[in-house]
Amino acid sequence: MNNGILIQIGRFIVLILAQVLILNDINFLGYLNPYIYIIFILLAPININRSLFLVISFALGLTIDVFGDSGGIHAAACITAAYIRPLALRSAFGLSYEFQTVKLGNTGFGERLVYVTIMVVAHHILLFALEIFSVTHALLFLKKTLFSSIFTMLITMLILVLFRRNDS
Amino acid sequence: MQQIINFLIRNKTFLLFILLFFVSLVFTIQSHSYHKSKFISSANFLTGGIYGWKSSITDYFGLQSENERLVSENEYLRNQLSQYAVDTLSVSYIDTTSFEKPYHFTKARVYKNEYSKVDNYILINKGSKHGMLPDMGVITDQGIMGIIENTSEQYSRVISILNGNSKINAGLKNSNQYGSLVWNGKNPNIVQLETVPRQALIKEGDTIITNGRSSIFPKGIPIGMITHYELDASQNYYLIDVKLFNDMTDIGFVYVIRSNNVVEIQELENPTK
Repeated sequence: MNNGILIQIGRFIVLILAQVLILNDINFLGYLNPYIYIIFILLAPININRSLFLVISFALGLTIDVFGDSGGIHAAACITAAYIRPLALRSAFGLSYEFQTVKLGNTGFGERLVYVTIMVVAHHILLFALEIFSVTHALLFLKKTLFSSIFTMLITMLILVLFRRNDS
Repeated sequence: MQQIINFLIRNKTFLLFILLFFVSLVFTIQSHSYHKSKFISSANFLTGGIYGWKSSITDYFGLQSENERLVSENEYLRNQLSQYAVDTLSVSYIDTTSFEKPYHFTKARVYKNEYSKVDNYILINKGSKHGMLPDMGVITDQGIMGIIENTSEQYSRVISILNGNSKINAGLKNSNQYGSLVWNGKNPNIVQLETVPRQALIKEGDTIITNGRSSIFPKGIPIGMITHYELDASQNYYLIDVKLFNDMTDIGFVYVIRSNNVVEIQELENPTK
């Protein structure tokens, strides 16, 4: 249990550093960045206290906001993703979630992709809606949300495969 | 009463979500109004320190291009200087130590530069300790970059010209007409000059410079070149696309401008204060 908390804290710090030091500077095609810190929300324990989870997600988003000078957009996107996570888990894994037996490491690729897609798309829609914050840039919003979501999903799935722990 | 408490306990997750969402919305709205977003700022010792640590590593990769820029700037300055040094005997000198210069330049290093968002900010490694204050202009060797928005002891946050909240006075080089420089969030090398009256004689390739009306930038700093223009919906003003001289995606060192007359100008403009 203690070990589990340490792993979560380590993941929190490593993901924030990776995001602000490396991934915020990618600017693929001039404007695309993957937001992989969402992996922390994806991989949090299934049976975590929901209120605590919301507060931690808020802290995660706000830290990214402070580094990126972006007000509160990441915080808002993070708590939304954290809030809808049970919904995403239920629609992606169905019965095995009801019995609290989901281990992201040993689920099928299709189920995992559905789960990651729901979470990433929800997170990105809110993120870019708040970032752009104006109706006149609707096209820019759609473009950024679509391509960034694909980019983030790609990197996230790769990281989930590469860093899968064998014992879990 | 019992029912209200029961309701609160049953929906505590949802209520917490609404509360946190509201807090982040407040931060977001604050960040869209100039000078109010002081709380969520990368100009603090933790983020500044981490960005500084990163910059000390990544700076090595840009040394060659940075050197070339420095040498070409030196070349330009030497050429300018040679105009004044033609005849050293007949030139009368002003003792500059006893007269204050109108502007003072301080060099700073860029720790964080972003250009892919709609509202971009830049972090530089000079702060209030080095005499930086909000509303000082920031330029590069080739053009303008932004205005300092807030400062901490060691770092300053600059609101980039690539920011939806930024509005800078700029004018044409060969006439006195001027407009305000804004950005539409699309291409980081093209900004827009608005509210230039239709009487202005403009053509593609004309140079846009700062016009010295705002006491932030001195007059005559080059900004960019007109690539396209058209009349707006009211047919009274031009909408002008300006290609920036400096590459906003590749900035290493900048100069911060302190205007020594700013207090006097502000007192004249706001006599009631």
